[in-house]
This record gives sequence, C-alpha cells and structure tokens, in this order.
Amino acid sequence: MLKRYLRLLGIQLKASGLLSLQYRADFFTDGVTSLFWTFTALAPLFVVYGERPNIEGWNFGEALLVVGWFTLLQGVLEGAINPSLTGVVEHIRKGTLDFVLLKPADAQFLVSTQRFQPWRAFNVLTGVGLFIYAFSWLGRWPSVPGLLASVLLLGTSTLLLYSLWILTVSAAFFVVRVDNLTYLFSSIFDFARWPSNVFQGVGRGVLTWVFTFVIPLALMTTFPAEAMLGRLPPQSLVGAVVGAGLFAWGSRQVWLRSISRYTSASS
Amino acid sequence: MSARTTLRALPTLLRVAFAEAVAYRAEMLIWVLSTTMPLVNMVLWIAVARDAPVGRFTEADFVGYFLATFAVRQLATSWAAWLINWEVKQGTLAMRLMRPISPLWAYGMESVANFPLRLVVAVPVILLSVALVGAKAVPQHAWQWGFFVLALVGGWAIAFLANVAIGALCFFLESSERVLEVWLVLFFVCSGYMYPVELLPPTLRTLIDWLPFRYQIGLPVEMLTGAFGWEESVRLLLAQWAWVAGLGAVAAVVWTQGVKRFAAFGG
Repeated sequence: MLKRYLRLLGIQLKASGLLSLQYRADFFTDGVTSLFWTFTALAPLFVVYGERPNIEGWNFGEALLVVGWFTLLQGVLEGAINPSLTGVVEHIRKGTLDFVLLKPADAQFLVSTQRFQPWRAFNVLTGVGLFIYAFSWLGRWPSVPGLLASVLLLGTSTLLLYSLWILTVSAAFFVVRVDNLTYLFSSIFDFARWPSNVFQGVGRGVLTWVFTFVIPLALMTTFPAEAMLGRLPPQSLVGAVVGAGLFAWGSRQVWLRSISRYTSASS
Repeated sequence: MSARTTLRALPTLLRVAFAEAVAYRAEMLIWVLSTTMPLVNMVLWIAVARDAPVGRFTEADFVGYFLATFAVRQLATSWAAWLINWEVKQGTLAMRLMRPISPLWAYGMESVANFPLRLVVAVPVILLSVALVGAKAVPQHAWQWGFFVLALVGGWAIAFLANVAIGALCFFLESSERVLEVWLVLFFVCSGYMYPVELLPPTLRTLIDWLPFRYQIGLPVEMLTGAFGWEESVRLLLAQWAWVAGLGAVAAVVWTQGVKRFAAFGG
C-alpha cells in the first residue's frame, strides 16, 4: 500500500519536474522576484531594530531566524502546496474533479500531489541564506540537538500548513469562488513573520492564544526558530508534534465530510 | 472620440461598474480582509513602543497610523495592470477597443465605482481608530480635511496611472506582471505602508520624498493623522500632484504607443 503511494508520488514528481524543465528561465525570474519579496519582510526589521536593540526578548539575529523560517515555509507553500491545491479549486469549478475521484487511489493524495513548481521553491534557499546570516550575526552556531529539533519541526510546520490549506480548499466545495481565498490565506500567514511574543501585548494575550491554538502560526515559525536557538522547552516540542498530528487528522475529517458533498458541475 | 461623447458615456460606465461591484461584493470583502499587512505591522510597532515612544509615536499613535493606513489602502488602490495584462492575453481587449471611448475610462470608472462599497469598510475603521486613539486620529481643522481629500484623490491617481503605465508595458513585453511585482515590492518598502516613513534615517527619507510611492499611501495617512503643519502639507501636496501629472504623461505615452502594437488572438 505504502509502496504503491510512494511510486505514485514519484510519478507525479517526475511529471511536474519535466514540466518545470521546459520553463528553465523561470528559475531566474522566480528567484529574483523571491529575493525582492524577502526584502519586504526584512525592511521593517531593519527599521525596528534601528530604534531598539531588543523587542520582547528577541534581538535582531533571533528575529531574523523567524523571518528565515517564514521565508522557507513560503517556499514550501508556493512550491509544493499552492500549485496543487489551486488546481483543486479549478477542478471543482469546472466539474473535472470527477476524473480524479474515479481513479483507484485516495483523492486527497492525488489532488495534493498533482502539481509541484520547483522553481517557486527558491524561497527555501533564501530562507537557508537568512539562517546563515542570522547565526553569523549572532556569532555562534546552533547546537546539534537544536538543529535536529528544528528539522523535526520543519516537518510539523509543513504538515500544519498543508492541513490549513486542506481546510481552506474544503471551503471551495461550499462557496466555489475561492481563488481569492488563497490570497486571504497567504495574508493571514503574513502574521507568522514576527516572533509570536510580539503579539502578547495585543488584547491581553488573546492574539497569542489564537495564533498558537486556533491558527497555529506560532508553531510554524517561532517554535523552529527557538529550537535552533536551543531554548525551546521539550514539552513545547512534544506539544507541537502532537498538535500538528491532531490538526492533520481534523483537517482530513473535514475533507472527507466536504468531498461527500461534492456534486459534479457538468451533469 | 470627442470630449463630449466621453463625458456623456461616463455616468453609464459608472452605473455599470457599480452594479458589477455590488454583484461581486463577497469577493471584494475577501480582498478587504486580505489587507492584513498594516495590521501585521501595527502589532509589531505596538510591541516596540510599549516601553517608550518611538520618535513622536506612542503606542496609540501607531494604532492610529496603521488603522488609517488600512482605510487609505482600501481607496488609494488599483488593479488595472492585472486587468490589462489579462485582457491582452485573452484578446478580450479587442472588444473594448471597438467602443468609441478609450478603455482607460472604463478601467478608471471600474475603480471609482468601488469607492462607495469600500467606504463602507473604511469609514468604520476610521471610527474605530477615533474610539481607540481619541479625537487626534482625525484632522481637527477644516483645511486639514480638505487637504486629506486632496491627498487621497492624488494617492488614488498615482496608483491608477502607475497601473496603467505598467499594464500597458505588456504590449511590449508579452506580460508585465513581473514589472508589477517589482513596483509592488518598492511600494511596500517605500510608501509608509509597513512603517511611517519619518522613522527612516534622513538620507533614505530624502530619497523616498523624491519617489512616487510615499505619495500613494503615506501622504494621505499623514494628512488624516495631522502629521504636518500648513506649509509642509502644501509642499508635499504639490510634490504629489507633480507625480500625478508626470505619471499621467508616462501612462498616456506608453498606452498610446503600446496599443498600436496590439493584435487580438482568436475572435
């Protein structure tokens, strides 16, 4: 079973890879635009830390790590998650989702792997570059357990991001015109670019609570950055892994519930 | 295409565009909700200003500034560049060109017709700002209100004309969406959208005073929050309208030269 799905994933990856190779020049144009957009995340940091050495216990280098994680996850989102799931919305609108549902494999798996855009993942490289810059600014390197924990958290962050996306796409079965819901999603994700401690002062910590438990943005960028710095408490690590698992399970249930409501558009 | 026919057509164009805006109101609401950037940055600056004010900005001033930014952004905005790119690619621009009135009027009216609905969002945000910050969130004198309206109209004109100029570049480049992205990044960084421009170091601020971006968002916001005295306001407004005139000339030239190269595909 698992082997079959791995093979399927391989085939889907190969198809997307071949398609991207036809548009090799995109590597440069996407790369340059990605670097440009990264600048919009960095500019406020430069201005803020020009005024203050330390904000809510985060200095410039540490906050830079959070921006690095934000950029990296944006790369994952735009390269691996967005292209497929935008396709689902199109399928639902046109009624061509029928063809996917007819295939003898899990529909969620098929729609989530239908399209990858490797060039869009340039942000992953930019994110890694930011990590290196941040640690050279801090004048030290991350510890090995810290790095391992952050790699584990990269997995949970991706899982969370993907689950949130599945939830957004499930909404497409109900409201159809969902293509700008994807923009809404990215703009909410924008809140993940600062360390979550920044939100403490707003509404007596309600915002921190929301971004940890309801829309788990803090888990995605702040936790891995703290893990790299070696100051993430072990119980938070366990909490993040368990929480991401629960979240993924929940979104799977919502997806199954939504797809049962799908009525083909054509007939 | 005399001035009289154009004038006669405008009310009808406006009515049609308004009906369209009402029909797609849910979509507009999602666009409005995706304007999270001012709020993302507001949260950061509140955290920065918690202990001591930054420049002349206290916590409350930042709330006022960014809520004003949110409101102004709803009005001083345009998406004509996307529209032009899309219609040129689809060939549907041909339909617009057959009408005895320049398509630019239609694009402009489409934006203007959105104002009533967008005001429904912007006005409550300003009222919220008054409730949170107090009376200083809005101008105290009649002349300041007048200047604010002038600055807002100028800001919209800059957004619209720049969009037309960039959109019309697609007649030469096949697609000018990348150019638009570069413009947007510069807009984010230089316009006062992410931080008040007066917090930048003096050399950068001089540079930004010469660029068009800060006149699109920053100036209307500063007029609304009463940042400047009479003389400084007049100087900045003159600079803004000089940019409106300049961009208007550029947009007219690029459009008229570009549209000659247009060849519709299909029928």
